[in-house]
Amino acid sequence: MTTLAFAILLAACMVAYALNRRAATGLRDGGQRLHSVSGYHGLFALLMILVPVLVVILLWLVLQGAVVNRLVMSSLPEGTLDGLGKGQVDLILAEIQSIAGGRVFGEPEVWKIAAAERFSGLLQSAALGLVLVTALLSLAIMFFARSKVSAEFRARQGAERIISGLMIFCSVIAIFTTVGIVASLAFETVKFLKLVPLTDFLFGTSWEPQIPIRADQVAAEGAFGWLPVIVGTIVITIVAIVIAIPIGLLSAIYLNEFAPKPVRSVCKPILEVLAGVPTVVYGFFAILVVAPAIRSLGAAWGIDVAPNTALAAGGVMGIMLVPFISSFADDALSAVPRALRDGALALGATRAETVMNVLFPAAIPGIVGGVLLAVSRAIGETMIVVMAAGLMANLTLNPLESVTTVTVQIVTLLIGDTSFDNPKTLAAFALGMMLFIVTLIINIFALRIVRKYREAYD
Amino acid sequence: MTDISHGSAPQTTIDKVQASLARRHRKQYILQGFGIVAISIAFLMLFILLWSQIATGYKAFMQTNITLEVFVDPEEVDAGKLPRGNFDDVLVAALLPYLPNVDASSRADVRTASGIFSNGAQFYLRNRIVEDPSLIGQTITMRVPVSDPYDQLYKELVDRDTPENLRRLDNTQISNFDQLYEAGVITSRLNTALITNADSRFPELAGLKGALLGSFWALLTCFLIAFPLGIGAAVYLEEFAPKNKLSDFIEVNINNLAAVPSVVFGLLALAVFIGWFGMPRSVPFVGGLTLALMTMPTIIIATRAALKAVPPSIREAALGVGASKQQVVFGHVVPLAMPGILTGTIIGLAQALGETAPLLLIGMNAFITSAPGSPFDSSTALPTQIFIWADSPERGFVSRTSAAILVLLTFLIAMNAIAIYLRSKFERKW
Repeated sequence: MTTLAFAILLAACMVAYALNRRAATGLRDGGQRLHSVSGYHGLFALLMILVPVLVVILLWLVLQGAVVNRLVMSSLPEGTLDGLGKGQVDLILAEIQSIAGGRVFGEPEVWKIAAAERFSGLLQSAALGLVLVTALLSLAIMFFARSKVSAEFRARQGAERIISGLMIFCSVIAIFTTVGIVASLAFETVKFLKLVPLTDFLFGTSWEPQIPIRADQVAAEGAFGWLPVIVGTIVITIVAIVIAIPIGLLSAIYLNEFAPKPVRSVCKPILEVLAGVPTVVYGFFAILVVAPAIRSLGAAWGIDVAPNTALAAGGVMGIMLVPFISSFADDALSAVPRALRDGALALGATRAETVMNVLFPAAIPGIVGGVLLAVSRAIGETMIVVMAAGLMANLTLNPLESVTTVTVQIVTLLIGDTSFDNPKTLAAFALGMMLFIVTLIINIFALRIVRKYREAYD
Repeated sequence: MTDISHGSAPQTTIDKVQASLARRHRKQYILQGFGIVAISIAFLMLFILLWSQIATGYKAFMQTNITLEVFVDPEEVDAGKLPRGNFDDVLVAALLPYLPNVDASSRADVRTASGIFSNGAQFYLRNRIVEDPSLIGQTITMRVPVSDPYDQLYKELVDRDTPENLRRLDNTQISNFDQLYEAGVITSRLNTALITNADSRFPELAGLKGALLGSFWALLTCFLIAFPLGIGAAVYLEEFAPKNKLSDFIEVNINNLAAVPSVVFGLLALAVFIGWFGMPRSVPFVGGLTLALMTMPTIIIATRAALKAVPPSIREAALGVGASKQQVVFGHVVPLAMPGILTGTIIGLAQALGETAPLLLIGMNAFITSAPGSPFDSSTALPTQIFIWADSPERGFVSRTSAAILVLLTFLIAMNAIAIYLRSKFERKW
């Protein structure tokens, strides 16, 4: 039925286009001077139908499920749902839905079967309603648009106004997305902070998000102090940055200053390949190759290395960040004005001295901006650490130990079925909020540095 | 002129310079050397990364099979009761003649011997008989996969020298297999199940069909949403937007969204799409929606760069002959910028294809044994399938994970190659 609704919409658009266009052509052939060419009369009718009807269809589809559910639940026999928790009510709804879908387990009660029948009936009438609404609305607008066709009608302006509106809507989606992120994170974080005090979260030194499922269960009281988690993140980020900075900077300097042109044109794209490898591949590489290698190296030197040491995850992340840092450094070095370079060379400096004493200091702000962006990447990177770092929060600075990170905790807390009312789930959103804030601050800072520096030489 | 530089007499500048020149040149060589070492390390890592995946992954492209002459005993399989029947026993009966050492009356012995079949072997037989019930009572040739430990044995991943109690197969099992091998019924063939099957708990039956289709639906959704919206936003910001606070704010937002960690988009999708809108979990449509939000900034930024590259003379010429602003943009500027826009879009989609974390949060790591038929059926995606297999304890999944990675990388390389081709073919220098 949904497909039918879309088909009707499409057909209505085409018919309206053809109708209006023919009408306008007819006017023109009749000797009148049109304000807009006939194609715009057609386009105007098309857009007039497409935009509002599409909005109606999408809204209908989004809301239909919720409305039908509510109608079915409210029509249950009196007193069926009295004293039941939200979870149990959801369970009953799910059972009714599955009976309606033809998957019957055991012998359901009679009222459930009746509700299921009502449910499928409502769904059918909803689908029928959608088709009817689509058809009627399309038809109404079609007549309205057709009645507009006249020699003086400014169809081009009309169509262009609609297109402008659509484009503005497209641009505003970026704002919607940001608002959506902030709102969803803030909403759940506030719920979390009602259960766990802010000071416990920010300054607690133990992170044990197990909570008892039943009140009488013997389980550890959950502890939600994010310090060990953020310290783990910092440890892994430092390992990654320590590896990425020298390799990235030195290769950028070499490629920018010393490498012959053919070498540069071959090496740069290969380096970029490292940036294109999906992070899940890096994660598997870390557990398949790097972690065992580090462990056996440690065993050879008599050092005890944890199986999921921060070195493995951080090291692989460092490799991932190399092209990132190198391309930023490359841009920064290339942006240094030629005069500085020529001046230094003319004074008799070697190429190396020019790079180290003139170009590099001049490029520092750009490079720092790039490194900061790399840091924010490393903090927000998820798959490598989910696969290669530990799950237990461990307050330590030793990179040989296993540590956990903010992103690992978010993913492990949210994988599987989750309900939105226990501190475990909400804790993930609180961590997400912190992650968002930290990376946002670093990003804004980095982008500002990069931009300021670019302006200085332009 | 001749005497000036003789002896150890006071040095002139040129002497000082010359004396230090060797040292300064050496410094330059050292810097260059470091640079070469740095690049070599990066390349070496890339090489090890690719090589390790190829070296472990190529084995998963072959699957060990066993070919048997199976007599479909009407006593075990009743045409009236299909699809039920003792297909397992039928297969075992075909196997036993090759294994004289196995005591057919000992249940334990028979069970050990039949462990050589994959768990799915009976279903292969069942499907064939359900398709053509006239086969009951006849002898047919069946090729079925062997189970994972034997597959590993054939691929020499099980070391016969390790002590028996540490091995996954004991001596009897190995000798059974060797007898079958010598009888010539064990063959190794291209593993088409890797593409044609969906996921399974058993490595020898697990395939990528569900993941490939899931990724396809998700990317299609992502493209259908992000491409028009991204172009609309970019065209508006680049060509029409007045220079005001709102436009600036939108720009800042887009730049920041491009740098927001992907897992945060997963949280957004979980809270908004699934929590508030009540969309179903694990479906490619929701995944595509999430990926579209992440891809849009990339497309917007690439489109704006492509639009900027179109010279103003084009716009002025079109305006000059009386086109409206929108006619200029949609009739001339956007078509000229299209190669750049498409390149940016393909690169954005390639990134989206490799994205894992947000898909994990919306539940696309579920265990689903059927391929999705539409974007609204639950499924996995290629990267989340890699994650699931990497987490699975069975040995056979290690090589399958690498094989899946190779498949993913192949798609990424193909997409990037198309992007590069488009750019070199259609890019215009003004």
